[in-house]
Amino acid sequence: MDQDQLFAPPGEAWQQVSHKLVDLRRLVLLITVTLVAAVAGVVLGLIFGLAGVLPVVGAALIALVWGLWLIPRNWRAWGYAERLDDLLVTHGVMYRRLTVVPYGRMQFVDVASGPLERRYGLATVQLHTASPATDAKIPGLPAAEAARLRDRLSALGEAQAAGL
Amino acid sequence: MKVDRVDPTPEHFRRLHPLTPLLRGWGFLALAIGIGGQDALRSGEMGRFGLTALAFAVVGMIAGLLSWWFTRYGFDGDALRIDSGMLNRRSRRVRLDRLQAVDINRPLAGRLLGVSELRLEVAGGGKAEAPLQYLAVDDAVRLRAELLARAAGIDADTPEAPERVVHEVPLDRLVWSTVLSGAFVAGVVFIVGLGVALLFFRDSEVTVGLLSSMLPGIIAIGAALWGQLGRNFAFVLAESPDGYRIRKGLLDTQHQTVPPGRVQGVAMRQPLLWRGKSWVRLDVDVAGYSGESSDDSQRTSTLLPVATYEEAAEVLRHVLPGSDPLSVPLTHAPRPARWLRPFGWKRLAYGVDDHVVVVREGVLYRNLTTVPHAKTQSVRIVQGPLQRRLGLASVHVDTTPGPVDAVIAHRLPAEARAIAEEQAERARLARKTDVPEQWMARYRQQSVPRPDGHADGDGPPAASSERDQE
Repeated sequence: MDQDQLFAPPGEAWQQVSHKLVDLRRLVLLITVTLVAAVAGVVLGLIFGLAGVLPVVGAALIALVWGLWLIPRNWRAWGYAERLDDLLVTHGVMYRRLTVVPYGRMQFVDVASGPLERRYGLATVQLHTASPATDAKIPGLPAAEAARLRDRLSALGEAQAAGL
Repeated sequence: MKVDRVDPTPEHFRRLHPLTPLLRGWGFLALAIGIGGQDALRSGEMGRFGLTALAFAVVGMIAGLLSWWFTRYGFDGDALRIDSGMLNRRSRRVRLDRLQAVDINRPLAGRLLGVSELRLEVAGGGKAEAPLQYLAVDDAVRLRAELLARAAGIDADTPEAPERVVHEVPLDRLVWSTVLSGAFVAGVVFIVGLGVALLFFRDSEVTVGLLSSMLPGIIAIGAALWGQLGRNFAFVLAESPDGYRIRKGLLDTQHQTVPPGRVQGVAMRQPLLWRGKSWVRLDVDVAGYSGESSDDSQRTSTLLPVATYEEAAEVLRHVLPGSDPLSVPLTHAPRPARWLRPFGWKRLAYGVDDHVVVVREGVLYRNLTTVPHAKTQSVRIVQGPLQRRLGLASVHVDTTPGPVDAVIAHRLPAEARAIAEEQAERARLARKTDVPEQWMARYRQQSVPRPDGHADGDGPPAASSERDQE
């Protein structure tokens, strides 16, 4: 098997998360870099003058370009698939992961949506099992899809529930 | 007081042991001495110190008495209910079908006064659900029997089940295992080294420096002594229909009971220096036992502190019925793994049988981890950048928090994917035949035809049949 097939979808293709997640992450990146650069620039500017500001601007630009390049790649890596008995979630570019969570092992489902996420109409669904290592978080789902997934997961979880 | 009116504490509920306020008042007294002492030192008046300490002691006693008066426990339907608090009434119900373990602990002071603490571990809660502090020794034993009977799904008045001692750790072996532990040896080497240095330097300043730096060595030795010897003193492992029981402790004693089917994973471990004696230790994962601190988890998750390999193998077969983890055929890690584990890659191996997945690793500190398929929480494939270059990936079999972690490290991609998929399938099948939560109920239910082949028959048999009747 080829490397890529290690994280290949179980069926036709992975269900992808909303492309709005890219816009959201870009916005967050922009805000963070601007804020950090502004603070660092002011502090270093006061100490070293203009010579202190230029490296900060450079670093900020590099971080920005790198982040803007990384975010779509990271977005493309996200995927999930609902199978008959378990949910598959994959993500990560550098560290790639694939998690298989049986519905019967589910303890509860979390749906979270922060203020920025809400503006983009997105939500994060997270499945919890009795193991904290379980890594089943799906960010950037459209609100309706998140609600559907939550309902389906809790229904399946209840039907297949097994004792610890 | 609202809860009181809506849902008053039933009359038959009992209070904790009357000595409780005294035992729990230690904190208050310590606070009084701390604050009062500082104050006295600053003002130089010892009389005031006495008064402050007395005032604190009285306040603490009253608070303790009130808390004791308003705390009552008893059975409410199928749950244990504990009502507490004077102003903020709190009523907590502990569902017994999810009971993972019952411990009776007796701290030194408690042993002197004849009281003990009863702890319930229930899956879901991060920490121990409800330590009942403190109960008279007889009451605690009776309550434990009732809890286990109810959780097992049998009559609540069933007396405590008989037990059979499986293993007792001889004192000399426990002492030797402590002496041969890494921390102890390191501590001794450290102190001896400093002692030799002392012989060469006669300078008084250097002597003081050397003496004071012996402290870490002494602490390491003390910790090793306490952790292995003090805690596991007179260790007895017994089995009964209620699961396995452990009794241990020198100053503080602990009695643990873990019902059948509650073991989430077992690890057999062998430190370097134990190899000559072929001794091993066994650690278990039990849901709810992990606690917040690693110290807590060490304390509760020891299944055998030290035993010979054969004895440990016997115990392993007992706690994981139906399988023999030590004879599961193992598959070695592929050659590329040697780049990531230059020393350990030849020992790195995993194997599966019908009931368990086994992972072997470690050169100096040997480790054999066993996780029953039925206890698999989720399966993960993880591949880091280095692994990708070498064409490797690791598969994690996730279990409840605890000292046992099964990681099938560094396999070829095709194999890793296959392991993950098959493990998910094996776990699914194993869950169907796992020990039900009410472990004695299966004997009662054997005459009832089981709804096998039912589309969603994954739940415990008791639950499925209920659903069918609806």
